[in-house]
Amino acid sequence: MAEQDRSTRTRSWVPYSLLSPGLVWLVLFFGVPMLFLAKVSLSTRKNRFTGELGFDGNLDNYQTAFNQFGPQFARAFLYAGAATVICIVIGYPLAYFIARYGGSWRNRLVGLVVLPFFVSYLIRTLAWQNILADEGPFLSILKALHLVGQDFALLNTPWAVIGGLAYNFLPFMILPIYVSLEKIDLRLLDAASDLYASPSAAFREIVLPLSLPGVFAGTLLTFIPAAGDFVNAALLGSPKTTMIGTVVQDQFLVQLNFPVAAALAFILMTIITAAVLIYARFLGTEGLTV
Amino acid sequence: MRRSWGRTLLTGYAVIGFLYLFTPIFFIIAFSFNKPKGRFNLVWQEFTLDNWADPFANQELTDAMLYSLRIASFSTVVATILGSLIAIAVSRYRFKGGAVVDLLLVLPLTTPEIVLGASLATLFLDWGVDKGAITIWIAHVMFSVSFVALTVKARIRGFDWSLEDAAADLGASPMRAFWTVTFPLILPGIVAAALLSFAISLDDFIITFFTAGSRNTFPLQVFGGSRNGTPPQINVLATMVLLVTIGIIGLSALWTARRERSQAGSA
Repeated sequence: MAEQDRSTRTRSWVPYSLLSPGLVWLVLFFGVPMLFLAKVSLSTRKNRFTGELGFDGNLDNYQTAFNQFGPQFARAFLYAGAATVICIVIGYPLAYFIARYGGSWRNRLVGLVVLPFFVSYLIRTLAWQNILADEGPFLSILKALHLVGQDFALLNTPWAVIGGLAYNFLPFMILPIYVSLEKIDLRLLDAASDLYASPSAAFREIVLPLSLPGVFAGTLLTFIPAAGDFVNAALLGSPKTTMIGTVVQDQFLVQLNFPVAAALAFILMTIITAAVLIYARFLGTEGLTV
Repeated sequence: MRRSWGRTLLTGYAVIGFLYLFTPIFFIIAFSFNKPKGRFNLVWQEFTLDNWADPFANQELTDAMLYSLRIASFSTVVATILGSLIAIAVSRYRFKGGAVVDLLLVLPLTTPEIVLGASLATLFLDWGVDKGAITIWIAHVMFSVSFVALTVKARIRGFDWSLEDAAADLGASPMRAFWTVTFPLILPGIVAAALLSFAISLDDFIITFFTAGSRNTFPLQVFGGSRNGTPPQINVLATMVLLVTIGIIGLSALWTARRERSQAGSA
């Protein structure tokens, strides 16, 4: 009632005037650049030293993107997918622990999850480079215990890249799962046990389904940045582990081959935006904002 | 019995999880006390306090940090204002096109940074804009606006807007009603969003990589350093940022507790 009353009283230009400065910024610097990206992806490079372009609607760049960089696309999605699975395996129990047993410490524990990520992303990844190095502390211990052979290496392998991605995007998995778990009414579990459900049955039938939106949101928030990343591949990987982000960055900033870089970026965005739209269609956009 | 066994197991898992989260952090802090041989701070040599005695010894690194702090400040101020206005508009009013606004806010956050960076770089290329502080600032405001709008919106969900009506009934103008009643109540959400947007801007790497000119922000300088040399001051500055963050979190917790107590007292 009150809401009806208010909306009829307010003048209709008020919300638009509040929205417009921010939306103009988003349209100008998010929407318009996407159109330029599309245009450049359909252009031809006239000069390979200055990167000068001519728009002629040619689709060759897309063909080049698919033909030459298929492995990098496959690696990006494979590594990002593996990192996302690791994040669920590590993150779900941690979020569950905080939501269920955190008590009055809940907020402090959530703060503790986020705290490491106030140290610069680059510096954290460099730290993993040191930790995982052949002479580094982690392998030295494993080798001293004879758990792995003397020539076993982690750095410059896909495992290091996947591990780095999983570490760097873990809080984006933990936070939405925590939020969805925290909302669950604990009386539901009491009711389940009153009805003779075992704790594991109660978890399977009540907690897990109610927390799935959090898992889905976390999956998007982890997978998307991981799929477009090139920092982990650069610092923890080798030339054999380059991802699509590496290629876009190299084609754009080093080779000055803007059309191919734009085509690659456009393909990546189309795939991911399609996934986001499908997600939003079924689950809404609320869960994506922690 | 069975339940407590599961709980113990989960607690153990959580302890290991937290240790994992903090492993690189311990490493970074420890190596801020290292005295490296050569240009790379990779292998433990000997304990020293020299790096902490002179945290700004590396001129390039210090300049990059100041540049990053300046860009983060300017982008946070603008993004917090624009984003909060959007959040107030979408939570308080009903209007046509709400779904489009929602989508426009979410898409910048769900688009890979590499795409945002590359698209902005093509825009600046086409407009013939020289890349530098202004282009980085434009990019940072862009992703921060979405971020602030969505965070503030989530924080003021459930806010009782009829308080403003009550103020109006008591003769307050709409402006006065907003500043004296609504604003103080939604301020904590706005401050939280501003702090996070500052932190994200300070740490952004990929978008900045595409929109920066010849001058390096702190993350760009560190990335360059991963090839040319990593002075231990990197670790010192990173640890300092972490300490400042802990300080801010502690202060804001105190502030919230005091507000709650004074509100409970006045109720």
